[in-house]
Amino acid sequence: MAEVLVLVEVAPDGSGVRKTTLEALTAARALGEPSAVVLGAAGTAASVKDALAEYGAAKVYVGESDDIDAYLVAPKAEVLAQLVADKSPAAVVIPSSSEGKEIAGRLAIKTGSGFLTDVTEIAADGTATQVAFAGATIVHSKVTTGTPIYTLRGNSVTPEPAAGAAEEEAVTVSISDAAKLTKVTDRVVEQKSDRPELTEASIIVSGGRGVASAENFSVIEGLADSLGAAVGASRAAVDSGFYPHSFQVGQTGKTVSPQLYIAVGISGAIQHRAGMQTSKTIVAVNKDPEAPIFELADFGVVGDLNTVVPAATEQITARR
Amino acid sequence: MNIVVLVKQVPDSGSERALDSSDNTVARASADNVINEMDEYAIEEALTVKESQGGEVTVLTVGPAGATDAIRKALSMGADKAVHVTDDAIHGSCAVQTSAVIAAALSQLEYDLVICGAESTDGQVSVMPALLSERLGVPHLSGARKLTVDGSTLKVERQTDGGFWALEAQTPAIVSTWDTINEPRYPSFKGIMAAKKKPVETKSLADLGVDAGSVGLASATSQVLDFAGRPPKGEGVKVTDEGDGAEKLVGYLAAQKIV
Ligand SMILES: Cc1cc2nc3c(=O)[nH]c(=O)nc-3n(C[C@H](O)[C@H](O)[C@H](O)COP(=O)(O)OP(=O)(O)OC[C@H]3O[C@@H](n4cnc5c(N)ncnc54)[C@H](O)[C@@H]3O)c2cc1C
Ligand SMILES: Nc1ncnc2c1ncn2[C@@H]1O[C@H](COP(=O)(O)O)[C@@H](O)[C@H]1O
Repeated sequence: MAEVLVLVEVAPDGSGVRKTTLEALTAARALGEPSAVVLGAAGTAASVKDALAEYGAAKVYVGESDDIDAYLVAPKAEVLAQLVADKSPAAVVIPSSSEGKEIAGRLAIKTGSGFLTDVTEIAADGTATQVAFAGATIVHSKVTTGTPIYTLRGNSVTPEPAAGAAEEEAVTVSISDAAKLTKVTDRVVEQKSDRPELTEASIIVSGGRGVASAENFSVIEGLADSLGAAVGASRAAVDSGFYPHSFQVGQTGKTVSPQLYIAVGISGAIQHRAGMQTSKTIVAVNKDPEAPIFELADFGVVGDLNTVVPAATEQITARR
Repeated sequence: MNIVVLVKQVPDSGSERALDSSDNTVARASADNVINEMDEYAIEEALTVKESQGGEVTVLTVGPAGATDAIRKALSMGADKAVHVTDDAIHGSCAVQTSAVIAAALSQLEYDLVICGAESTDGQVSVMPALLSERLGVPHLSGARKLTVDGSTLKVERQTDGGFWALEAQTPAIVSTWDTINEPRYPSFKGIMAAKKKPVETKSLADLGVDAGSVGLASATSQVLDFAGRPPKGEGVKVTDEGDGAEKLVGYLAAQKIV
């Protein structure tokens, strides 16, 4: 069966693979037999191997070197390009983070290939599905040159276990000077949160300008915590200083696709929809019955968020 | 410090956008076209660096004839001059091909710093700096929320989920900017008037030495096969809170087996 390379994304805290990796392994199976590629500092592979076996990796290529994380993107693209040359895979699948997309782009140029970013589905014949223009248009595309490279959008494929041999093969890593031009001197985490990661969460509760203040975002956080959800925000809420920018959902923020998205005090501007339109179920709370978010909502409550949301939180907590 | 800012014209993200059903490319002729919003932050950053370091800011655009509107806007904000690469053969190019054209145009310019937006609102690929870095062999420091210039050393805070990565490289280099980096200035009346007299050089693929057959839809590395509007969602349920809104909401979530 054809071999498909899948680049593994490791959780930054070293707690194992990110869910995006399991999604990529699952999607890759449509094209052939996935081989996982683990690139990172020494010891990275040990923490992820079991998960890769459980999700169908036939092989695990391990390239470990401190140079990989010391420079931006280029070293990973270089090792992947070497693997593509050695193994002639049918395709390469990479999780669609900003790093993942940049690796895909560099790899495309190195290998003379085409690449498709933010795909939501890959068919057996290599046709990819993409969502364009704020989710308003669904596009089918195909790579026509070289080895097809895809970056897979988070939460668009449900990870399905499948046993794999996960046979380990070491890859010699020698990074060229050309890939050492941008140093990563520090990785700083500013907000540590116990809540799920926004792009990985299966439930998200987002607040907008209607929340009215930073303090009042506790109303949003309360509902989120009762549901085990992540917290998001509209740009108006971010620009008003209610919530940090890294939680912004939308065209210039995160693109999310959870099982359930609850928009509270958000009008539903086209740029906000761009980031959440593909959510499975959408619920809205807004005091304006004409708010455009209701056109999108599976369930909407016309009412004041300050009464509806705390009461809902209380009832949900009582059910637990 | 000589700076080149990459500016793209895109269909307005706030209006209806579409693909052209004749060849599945972005419908630009019928669209309400504007400067890519993220590029305004790139222009602002270029002007800020010029103000502290001296030098010149050149706008570089690859796009159809109508893209001059975006170029004028950049010039009216304060950029000094512009290069507009336009050629019918470019129509329908993929990101890989566009990067080859931009790289060829950059090779004819003298620059210490290239600044571009973190992403375009039509393609949302956000890989142009990485593609250019690969082609030109100069470092990219992408996704900046902060840029510091210290002689020939560039430092960038690359925005990440919940924090940042500190990046460092030497000029010449490519930096891409998020909307968190600054607040773009509005063109002044004086700026708008002055922009009309600033030089805009038009270049064709032949001027760049790029083979017309290597770009454009026919030789793109990927192709759109078909597209369709997203199927409309079924009518949702809307209830008005009369003291029972929370109860109905929780009832809905329970029916969906979420709580
Ligand atoms: C290029 C570009 C990119 C953009 N990118 C993004 C992006 O990534 N993400 C994004 O979100 N936006 C983005 N925007 C901005 C977008 O156009 C909207 O301005 C923004 O989404 C509005 O946020 P909002 O819905 O919170 O605020 P508003 O539109 O002001 O809506 C607030 C809503 O709260 C309701 N409300 C007020 N008080 C209450 C109450 N007590 N109870 C219940 N409801 C209440 C109101 O009825 C109203 O509907 C972008 C804009 C541009 C031009
Ligand atoms: N055709 C183009 N002409 C000039 N600049 C471009 C062009 N395409 C992309 N760019 C620049 O690259 C950035 C990222 O674009 P993208 O990779 O398409 O999301 C944009 O914000 C622009 O600054």
